[in-house]
Amino acid sequence: MNTLTRETRETDRAQTEQFVTPPAGVTETADGYMIEIEMPGVKKDGLEISFENNELTIIGRRSLSAVEGTLVHRESRPENFRRTFELDPSIDADKISAKIEQGLVTLTLPKAEHVKPRKITVS
Amino acid sequence: MDLIRYHAPDLAPWSALDRWSNLRDELNSFFEMPFWSSLGRASQLFTGWSPALDLYESGDNLIAVIELPGMRKEDIDISLHDGTLTISGERRRESTGGEKAQRTERYVGTFRRSIALPTRVDAGKVSASYQDGILEVALPKAEEAKPKQIKVR
Repeated sequence: MNTLTRETRETDRAQTEQFVTPPAGVTETADGYMIEIEMPGVKKDGLEISFENNELTIIGRRSLSAVEGTLVHRESRPENFRRTFELDPSIDADKISAKIEQGLVTLTLPKAEHVKPRKITVS
Repeated sequence: MDLIRYHAPDLAPWSALDRWSNLRDELNSFFEMPFWSSLGRASQLFTGWSPALDLYESGDNLIAVIELPGMRKEDIDISLHDGTLTISGERRRESTGGEKAQRTERYVGTFRRSIALPTRVDAGKVSASYQDGILEVALPKAEEAKPKQIKVR
């Protein structure tokens, strides 16, 4: 019940597109978990979140506006972002919500009702 | 007790030859070796956060593009001194208490990033915008640095 996320790495799956792995933070709250992933340059419609075989995959495609002039110094990477997490069974996958603000994706993953601590009244 | 098994983010092979980025990656992977891993993400204590910066040059302008995801506009400072552009600021941890961090790869705290500009710019006309976590600073070149057409009489 404690493991939210085991990160999965698909080494067996053939990859045609190159992705970079963005930094992420995972926080456990009273009701569930929160995942924050840094995806600068990604807008709401460039975000693709899928859930399959208990794996949550977040892909961020950048929509960078063309800058006038020639590039004289580069540190950024041109690839899109991808991060995959294996979810703990305590998470209610139907209630996962996401938002993106200034290139920071925030996912809220509530725990299912049946795993939340509850009080039982003695009658 | 470790709740999460940590895997170092695998960085996709990157063909561009930027030796500073490569050096940074090497440093990071060095600190991710088993000996250091017991210290958590100790690497950030030493390297801090060095946001990726791209610089473009056109006839009249220099444009710096800096990746600063998840900041507030008010927390970003831009200064220009002696031909060096400096971006600094602070990323705050938004916490309500009662939370338990399970994985912290994101840098929180102050940062500072400088770059020496290749030409003189007009400090009075610098403008900046921040959108989708990307800061774009437009630095119009100083008159004497602009390309000039000289007519032959």
